[in-house]
Amino acid sequence: MGELRAYAALAGAQARSVFSYRASFLIELFSNVGATVFDVLSVLVLFRATDRVGGFTLPEALLMTSITSAGFALADFTVGNVDRLKVYVRAGTLDAVLVRPLGALPQLLLMDLPIRKLLRVVFGFGVLAVALRMNHIDWTPARVLLITVAPIAAAVFLSSIFVLSASLAFWWVDSGELGSAFTYGGRDFTSYPITVYGPLFRGLFAYALGFAFVSYQPALALLGRPDPLGLPAWAGFAAPFVACAAAVVAAVVWRTGIRHYRSTGS
Amino acid sequence: MVGKDASVLTISTVGPLRGSVTTFGALVGSGFRRYTTYRQATIAGTFTNIVFGYLRCYVLLAVAAGTVGGRPGGYAPDQLVTYVWLGQGLLSVVMLWGWAELAERIRTGDVAADLLRPVAPLTAYLAADLGRAAHGMLTRFIPPVVVGALCFPMRMPTRWQTVPLFLVSVLIAVVVSFGCRYLVNATAYWLQDARGPILLWTLGAGVLGGLYFPLRLLPESVAVTLWLATPLPSILQTPLDVAAERDGPALQLGLVALQLFWAVVLLVLAAVVQKRAERRLVVQGG
Amino acid sequence: MIRTNELRKDFTVRVKSGRFRREKRVVEAVAGVTLSIEPGEMVGYIGPNGAGKSTTLKMLTGVLTPSGGDVEVCGLRPVPQRTKLALNIGVVFGQRSQLWWDLPLHESFALLRHIYRVPAAEHAARLRRCRDLLDLDDFLDIPVRQLSLGQRMRGELTAALLHGPRVLFLDEPTIGLDVVSKQAVRSFLAELGATGDVTLVLTTHDLADIERLCERLVVIDHGRVVHDGTIDALHTRYGSRRSLVADLADPLPDGFVLPGATLVGVEADRHRVTFALDGVTAGVAVAGLVAAVSIRDLSVVEPDIEDVVARLYASTDAP
Repeated sequence: MGELRAYAALAGAQARSVFSYRASFLIELFSNVGATVFDVLSVLVLFRATDRVGGFTLPEALLMTSITSAGFALADFTVGNVDRLKVYVRAGTLDAVLVRPLGALPQLLLMDLPIRKLLRVVFGFGVLAVALRMNHIDWTPARVLLITVAPIAAAVFLSSIFVLSASLAFWWVDSGELGSAFTYGGRDFTSYPITVYGPLFRGLFAYALGFAFVSYQPALALLGRPDPLGLPAWAGFAAPFVACAAAVVAAVVWRTGIRHYRSTGS
Repeated sequence: MVGKDASVLTISTVGPLRGSVTTFGALVGSGFRRYTTYRQATIAGTFTNIVFGYLRCYVLLAVAAGTVGGRPGGYAPDQLVTYVWLGQGLLSVVMLWGWAELAERIRTGDVAADLLRPVAPLTAYLAADLGRAAHGMLTRFIPPVVVGALCFPMRMPTRWQTVPLFLVSVLIAVVVSFGCRYLVNATAYWLQDARGPILLWTLGAGVLGGLYFPLRLLPESVAVTLWLATPLPSILQTPLDVAAERDGPALQLGLVALQLFWAVVLLVLAAVVQKRAERRLVVQGG
Repeated sequence: MIRTNELRKDFTVRVKSGRFRREKRVVEAVAGVTLSIEPGEMVGYIGPNGAGKSTTLKMLTGVLTPSGGDVEVCGLRPVPQRTKLALNIGVVFGQRSQLWWDLPLHESFALLRHIYRVPAAEHAARLRRCRDLLDLDDFLDIPVRQLSLGQRMRGELTAALLHGPRVLFLDEPTIGLDVVSKQAVRSFLAELGATGDVTLVLTTHDLADIERLCERLVVIDHGRVVHDGTIDALHTRYGSRRSLVADLADPLPDGFVLPGATLVGVEADRHRVTFALDGVTAGVAVAGLVAAVSIRDLSVVEPDIEDVVARLYASTDAP
């Protein structure tokens, strides 16, 4: 309880320090919404040239894009900051974090509270609502349950990817942009039907790393479409379990990373 | 008399023009060498570029496959492959993102030290950026292009002038990109914290510069407006269109001339802004 | 309060050898440090750059895991019991801020109350005391980023003390400060130490900090303790002596001998003389001198700790 209050106080402080740069904050707020607008816009532009991409129509593709957008915005809002870990490791800020009586990960996340990313979450869910209206979905209780869980599962999965990519800095401080291949790359990968990708690339990202379960499989289950790639219909409902598995892996890697940092002191 | 006094003060024995060319060259060299020390980050960044190359290439090829005639925006599939992979290579040559050095120096006040040097800050930063771009061309440009050419059917140049024109276009693109970044960073002189403008730039430059999709996929009026009214297509789309031979030789030359126009405009603008900022700095003491 | 036994920390570094080959090499940053610090002690922990000072401090505070040996602070094992230990210790890193950069100083303090879960009354009392002793009132409302280094350091000290730590670790607390700020920090620490409530471990390059504050001095070099004792013990061990400087009314007679002292310097036409004291007290030596010659002025000069430490570093500077 006391610990929760401590985290709340940290969050409040961070909010106040963000507001101390008011002009920049407003620009950041709107450009973050802009980022999501452009993601959606890119999909619309591509569909100007054709009416089917990878065998899917615009409304169907947009459903996948928007599940990803909503989930990614939520993940980026909550744990996106963790990609600053390499900066903290290099600057020694992590040492200061470790001498405080709170958990290291929550402290790092609260060191730069991204209020600017909040509107983006709202926008992401807005697009999802529009995409749901554009498709004719045969609503069953199972699908209602799925659409409430799917964006959250996507967020949990993508958050785990954020933490995993950032943990890389514990072993390799100069990993630079490597992490974004999986975080932002994962977002872009799951914004389109995975049928567009070549078999090897798809096999790696979609099935080995699990990105198929972020938006593609849930969208198929919502639409009631069989998977052209051959996975059974229930695969869409596996999304939350895949997300939980990813979270467990991320937690283990993070703990190992902290232990490694403490034994090498970077 | 005046001339004689001036000659007394001159330390270097070479003429002033040759002297400043030497200085500029030295600054370019140091920009180049500085990036050779970031070898691990270069490897990591290249890997990321390649992953995004696969992503974009597959998506665009899928779009082409669904288009009647298979030429979205007037690009044949092999031209799209050239567009995507050269774009991934050029991304870090023109350094669309991630330059906040000036803004950071303004925020911390270190920029005052730049004013003490005998070289104008704009010149010094431009030289360093050209050196960085040269390093990028050698290390970051080639790997994605090679991967793209090996994994996808890529269009090879068919006209003799394509390669030299492409190189000129890349050089100008670096200057245009630098000019934009400098102006965005310089907002920190007035705002203290330039994170907002930098983010806005990061966002707009990628989409409207032609990184995510070829700008010709937009309605024609929008594309033309972008080219004429903003410098953004001059940063990525123009050199890429030159390399993919999207247009006839005359139009290509025209697009490069347009790039040159923007390069000059932006440098002049940056110089004016810098002068104003310096006056402000001197008067208000940072 | 602090107990270490053969505490070790090895780092593996990759050294470039040849064009593409890299060799692994193990560097012993701390090579077996055994220390025992009692409650209320004020200990100066010094050594040349790279001697292992910061590494030791990081192991004591739970930031780094030791490679070997035992460590116990406040009866806790630092790494496994990190958050528990954090409530019992205060840490000041001279070159890293613990404060919230964009917030006014007083907000950082309020925040720390929540983080360390300190009862409001206790927090207020400690803050009151720090405000008085460190003159914080003038800049409590200013964002930390706008504070001068001296003001910031006073803020850092307060921040480290608000939860009433039993041990205070200070890593280079006076680095980069001006003379006045250094004095302020030193006298504050001296006062803090005088209460006996806090155990203080201090690393520094400025030996004046040590002379002013610490009874006990631990010198580390190449990861090993090369001296652990009082400053006087250090002088004795390295043969540094106090000296007596006298201005004489008449030139010093030839062949003059002062029992228990050695003539080491003669200046100003034999009007100014310096004797190094060999084991006699200053009183005995002065009495001997006054009995023999007429004196205008007299002073007793303490041995210079900088010299001693420089000699100490040089003597251990083998491989």
